[in-house]
Amino acid sequence: MFNKTVCLAAFAFIGAFGLAGPAAADDAMAPMDVHWSFEGPFGHYDQEQLQRGYKVYREVCSSCHAMNQIAFRNLGDPGAPFYDPKYPNSNDNPKVKAIAADYKVSDVDGDSGDVIKRPATSADYFPSPYANNAAAANANGGAVPPDMSLLVKAREGGAAYIYSVVAKDGVMTPPHGMIVPAGRYYDPYKSGGVIAMPPPLVAGKVTYDDKTPASVDQEARDVSAFLQWAADPKMEERKQTGLAVMIFLIVFTGLLYASYRKIWSDVGH
Amino acid sequence: MSHPSTYEPKTGIERWLDSRLPIVRFGADLMSYPTPRNLNYWYTFGGILSFCLAVQIITGIVLAMHYDASGAGAFMSVERGIMRDVNYGWLIRGVHANGASMFFVAVYLHIMRGIYYGSYKAPREVLWLLGCVIYVLMMATAFMGYVLPWGQMSFWGAKVITNLIGALPLVGKPITTLLWGGFSVDDPTLNRFFSLHYLLPFVIAAVVALHIWALHVPGNNNPTGVNVKSDNDTVAFHPFYTVKDGFAIGLFMIMFAVFVFYLPDALGKADNAIPANPLVTPAHIVPEWYLLPFYAILRAIPDKLLGVLALAGSIGMLFALPWLDTSKVKSMRYRPTARLYFFIWIAATCVLGWCGSQEPDGKLFGIESFNFIDYPIMSVTWASRIAALYYFSFFGIMLFLGLSETPLPVPDSLYTPVLKTPVAAPAE
Ligand code: HEC
Ligand code: HEM
Repeated sequence: MFNKTVCLAAFAFIGAFGLAGPAAADDAMAPMDVHWSFEGPFGHYDQEQLQRGYKVYREVCSSCHAMNQIAFRNLGDPGAPFYDPKYPNSNDNPKVKAIAADYKVSDVDGDSGDVIKRPATSADYFPSPYANNAAAANANGGAVPPDMSLLVKAREGGAAYIYSVVAKDGVMTPPHGMIVPAGRYYDPYKSGGVIAMPPPLVAGKVTYDDKTPASVDQEARDVSAFLQWAADPKMEERKQTGLAVMIFLIVFTGLLYASYRKIWSDVGH
Repeated sequence: MSHPSTYEPKTGIERWLDSRLPIVRFGADLMSYPTPRNLNYWYTFGGILSFCLAVQIITGIVLAMHYDASGAGAFMSVERGIMRDVNYGWLIRGVHANGASMFFVAVYLHIMRGIYYGSYKAPREVLWLLGCVIYVLMMATAFMGYVLPWGQMSFWGAKVITNLIGALPLVGKPITTLLWGGFSVDDPTLNRFFSLHYLLPFVIAAVVALHIWALHVPGNNNPTGVNVKSDNDTVAFHPFYTVKDGFAIGLFMIMFAVFVFYLPDALGKADNAIPANPLVTPAHIVPEWYLLPFYAILRAIPDKLLGVLALAGSIGMLFALPWLDTSKVKSMRYRPTARLYFFIWIAATCVLGWCGSQEPDGKLFGIESFNFIDYPIMSVTWASRIAALYYFSFFGIMLFLGLSETPLPVPDSLYTPVLKTPVAAPAE
């Protein structure tokens, strides 16, 4: 009885503050409700979707958005878009190597000391599309496209928010009387209602290798799922470990309860 | 320790050691420590808190091995290094970051328990004061820890809180400069926060040792608040309470694991996944949940200095409680009126917590503000003022209530309520 009370109290306590949600909602619209394969305690990434999402990132978003926490080798880690159990060391994964070789990164030539560009290897990190933030802002009407490695975690609403921004921007028309400044676009999901990013997706912008028709909705879903992976690459490992830990803890606590009952059995309290 | 030692060294080595460093005796005495037999689950939070401290220290030491305390490197060392590259780094950080919240859940329930059963009253005032010291140190530690990942909330939280100290007359400015190590929150600030964040948990551990010492001299209070009168009232700490605390820790770990494995970011703020940027102020700067009630008290008062003093006073009240509560009866089981005011006090603190998470000029329940003698009373600010007023009044109520109330009859011994039919003397 009492343990229940204690547990409930603890949960209520956290509930009251922790999950109280963000401060009073501002003008922004709530992100759309999207169903994802990675939801719930048994959720997992859909590898084909991640591969399609990577393609959208590579061919569309990466011209403006960096992803500087992610190395090419990460694309071949367990749970990642190009994971292949044949290559436990993701640096050897041929798909990963090919993706890396497609990028150029700057380096210093060991002999001459000159700054050079060389093809990336799987150990390199994704290079940024711009030399620095000033250049990025300059090319984008004063706004810096945020780094994408952690974007899903950096926005309330996560992947559904990303999806809402890229799937619906350009489709929705601003409410009557709202003036969207030049170089800005209507975005009801972002507080303030305008964004400096031109709607990035159109149907058929990419050609999927698995022949999935590339509608805007599809592209937006796929790239959002890919970005979810980018922000939380250890999710599958985390949930799998979690299951084992929960089973262990429940059995362990059950044994402790049995011992407790036994030890206190003939002691009044 | 206060109870007579029952340890008998059995082997030659034990006898040899016992006359030189009686450490085995010390441990044995801790285990045989006579504990009231009627302690309920609210008394398991002490053990849970020790568990939390150990968890924070162990995970913290491992995090520190991979952490780079520099403005340029901190965010990357956490988000790229620890979260992605370090083996099980996500787990270690997940446990540490959520562990701080779990620690506060436990400490709040522990403090509530203490107030409800009157555990701060004579002869346990020093025990209570040491507990208050631990709580203040925990808040300082958690605040500085939150700065370390150097995200937007880390940076701006540090800025807001250090600026508060600047509001104090005379000493404010020099202290702020000392904390900053410069003219604003910057690299030197991060470095000293890291150093202090590493240090303070060990100070906490030392104060915890004193806290337990101060517990073992008078012995535990208990849900009846009636003193232990005979050996029949107590059982040995081990195995009776090791197993009960162990079971409670098991339940606590289950709740803890739900957060670590399934809701790792639920208690955090999205803004902290954005690297610190001194040029961009986040739309809502909000502290972690466990500091929200105090944040609300601070903001409830329009004057900055008075706000800071009210904040300090709200914690100071806890220190003064042993001398504010005048009741001779310890446990609120027998003080129905006090109990009612106490529950309202908990509710007021929760309201304050909620207010702290909202925009100060936000509306209540979405209702358009209506004015009462020129004051817009349906606002978060006014809700927090009313709740803060009650928060402080509670301590005044405790002062007068003890003199005027008629408590219910208190049992002769802590064992009486337990004994529906008398049970033979306990096995030990
Ligand atoms: C032409 C350059 C460009 C391309 C291509 C581009 N973006 Fe952006 N993006 C921007 C800029 C600039 C911003 C910053 C907008 C602002 O701050 O108003 C931005 C911001 C964003 C945001 C953050 C909105 C917020 O809440 O701050 C998201 C999400 C986003 N982009 C997703 C994408 C996705 C997904 C793609 C690929 C499908 C993409 N972008 C392609 C330039 C671009
Ligand atoms: C009283 C015990 C402690 C509390 C309440 C506490 C609290 C915190 C909090 C709230 C954070 C921020 C978590 C995040 O958002 O990532 C943090 C980070 C950190 N703590 Fe602690 N901590 C404690 C003990 C320690 C100890 C003993 C050490 C080192 C020996 C340590 C080292 C670190 C490091 C290196 C970080 C930065 C990495 C990170 O952000 O995950 N902590 N701590």
